[in-house]
Amino acid sequence: MAMIEFDDVSKWYGSFQVLKDCTTKVEKGEVVVVCGPSGSGKSTLIKCVNGLEPFQKGTITVNGISVGAKDTDLPKLRAHVGMVFQHFELFPHLSITENLTLAQAKVLKRGAEEAKQKGLKLLDRVGLIAQKDKFPGQLSGGQQQRVAIARALAMDPMCMLFDEPTSALDPEMINEVLDVMVQLAQEGMTMMVVTHEMGFARKVANRVIFMDNGEIVEDAAKADFFGKPRSDRAQLFLSKILQH
Amino acid sequence: MNLDFGVVTQSLPYLWKGMQYTLQLTITAALGGLFFGTLLALARLSSITWLSSLAAAYVNLMRSIPLVLVIFWFFFLVPLMLQSITGAERPPQVGAERTALITFILFEAAYFCEIMRAGIQSIPKGQVNAAYALGLNYRQSMTNIILPQAFRNMLPVLLTQTIILFQDTSLVYVISATDFVGAAAKVAQRDSRLVEMYLFVALVFFLICYSLSLLVKRLQRKIAIIR
Repeated sequence: MAMIEFDDVSKWYGSFQVLKDCTTKVEKGEVVVVCGPSGSGKSTLIKCVNGLEPFQKGTITVNGISVGAKDTDLPKLRAHVGMVFQHFELFPHLSITENLTLAQAKVLKRGAEEAKQKGLKLLDRVGLIAQKDKFPGQLSGGQQQRVAIARALAMDPMCMLFDEPTSALDPEMINEVLDVMVQLAQEGMTMMVVTHEMGFARKVANRVIFMDNGEIVEDAAKADFFGKPRSDRAQLFLSKILQH
Repeated sequence: MNLDFGVVTQSLPYLWKGMQYTLQLTITAALGGLFFGTLLALARLSSITWLSSLAAAYVNLMRSIPLVLVIFWFFFLVPLMLQSITGAERPPQVGAERTALITFILFEAAYFCEIMRAGIQSIPKGQVNAAYALGLNYRQSMTNIILPQAFRNMLPVLLTQTIILFQDTSLVYVISATDFVGAAAKVAQRDSRLVEMYLFVALVFFLICYSLSLLVKRLQRKIAIIR
């Protein structure tokens, strides 16, 4: 059983179709990079995985649990699917430590001390233990995103979703976030990553999915994708973003 | 004109009692209004259509009638309604003080609702998504993530509304509740010292409200820095 399975997923905003019959999967321990021009539906697709975006047709299962099914306990499912957002979305009114412990305590019902130990261990891992008492607004973008990754990891997720994690960062901060993600991939975390960072894809991706106009145009092993993508659209996209 | 402010000093203990009631009414109505107003705001923003229309109807009704009318309503009509429901021989006495309290909470809830609604809408959608993505349910996301931020963002406006509420409480004098203004009016009429008493009342209101509004301004600057 795959960790995440998309079967014929379609989604409309009114009469506008944003996802068209998307079928693919992410195996356990696999790192899948989703790329494509803006507006191609890649962020929407990844947000369907934990039910942040509803979809009207098809099924998505995570670890065998159907996301769209009526009787699915979404909060429970989401607690075990980590997500990292483009704009970090740390909680600005809470300290870094509180950001890391809140969901552990409220959702997983961990005790205060246990949650704190877990949170601080992960904060140390992303190299930010010195910032534990600060507030998100006092950290740089790169630091905030590393905290956001630690916050997701604190829930012991079975897989991680990244929605353009470096798109909102200043160039000099991109690598510190990618380094954490590469390390995570090398440890065997199942990851689905929407990104334009082709260097990251080359380094750790198992497969690359290319989307355009809500369709999965290309779904190939990394070597095949970078070697010679089959579709013209994927080739055009790659030539554009790899020029410099 | 022959002014004698001795009447003010002589009646200070009585006026203080009135002021205590005014403050009590203001604080209780502000807290109650904030509580019910927040619930109303959540109802207005709910995706359940009947719930949001019901809340909207309530808010629009309350905001479209003069406060003094609402006070009269509760004072004269509610006892009659209670009587017809319970079938009692005489209308039950709610009492001016209790009427005032209920009225102000219900009335202020409509205004606090609109403030909290704006506050909730000022929080980026991504915050809700992040809360949900961590497995928090609707109630947990609201109480831990959205409402604290909405409250903080709206604190200056909430306090300004409370200052207005403090002034509006003087309207309870129409149902003969002895608030600060009511106490002063009673003394003024008893001793025929209308000018002195009403000048004093105005001065006290001005000093309290003006210094509070300066405080709100300072707070606003402070919050802007935190953000």
